Amino acid sequence: MGVLKISRELITRMISHALDEYPLEACGLLGGDAEVAKEVYPARNDAASARVYTLNPLDHLRADRAAEAAGHGIIGVYHSHTHSEAYPSQTDVAQAPDPGWHYVLVSLKRRYPVVRSYRIEAGTIVEEDVVEL
Amino acid sequence: MTVEIRIPTVLRPAVGGQSVVKADGETIGELLASLAGEYPAIAGQVIGSDGTMHRFVNIYLNDDDVRYLSKLDTKVAEGDVVSILPAVAGGSDSLPHRQ
Repeated sequence: MGVLKISRELITRMISHALDEYPLEACGLLGGDAEVAKEVYPARNDAASARVYTLNPLDHLRADRAAEAAGHGIIGVYHSHTHSEAYPSQTDVAQAPDPGWHYVLVSLKRRYPVVRSYRIEAGTIVEEDVVEL
Repeated sequence: MTVEIRIPTVLRPAVGGQSVVKADGETIGELLASLAGEYPAIAGQVIGSDGTMHRFVNIYLNDDDVRYLSKLDTKVAEGDVVSILPAVAGGSDSLPHRQ
């Protein structure tokens, strides 16, 4: 099983972003090295929807540059599910751009936010451990 | 002229693992044709069989999305940086059964 290592601070920032954007879906990118997240880059959801997201391409470019300037790369993407579980939807799987990325879901369906991470390769979803640094 | 092209991780295997490559051309289209000539594996991943940009790829000339410039006819200049980025999208609109 894969793993995503990430600090509690970064997890909190993803949850905060998801709550800020509620009831719309929030999205952003993870910067880091392989399995270790070092930064999160909140992005605009161009779809401005409670059901889908389209990560703003300019925000993606800026995140890519910021990660590179910090000596890292983009290693994944996060987004919120406001009314469903923290599990990739068919849309998430169909549009997953990079099999090497971590796909982090922040679900706001329950009383407390749930954060889980997955790998998506060739249509196959594999959950990975989220380990706090 | 020679321009730097930044390659996203998902496409790096097609260019020998490089994050940045150089290509020659006067327009975005010419640069991509030059790139595809050197690295055939990347050809179909950026430009479709109809000769237009794939909708799941975004191409930036410095800070500008070339879709809002002149697309593949956008002119490039010495020192420009072209960035290829995968379109990132998804959502919760349907939920598959858990395996």
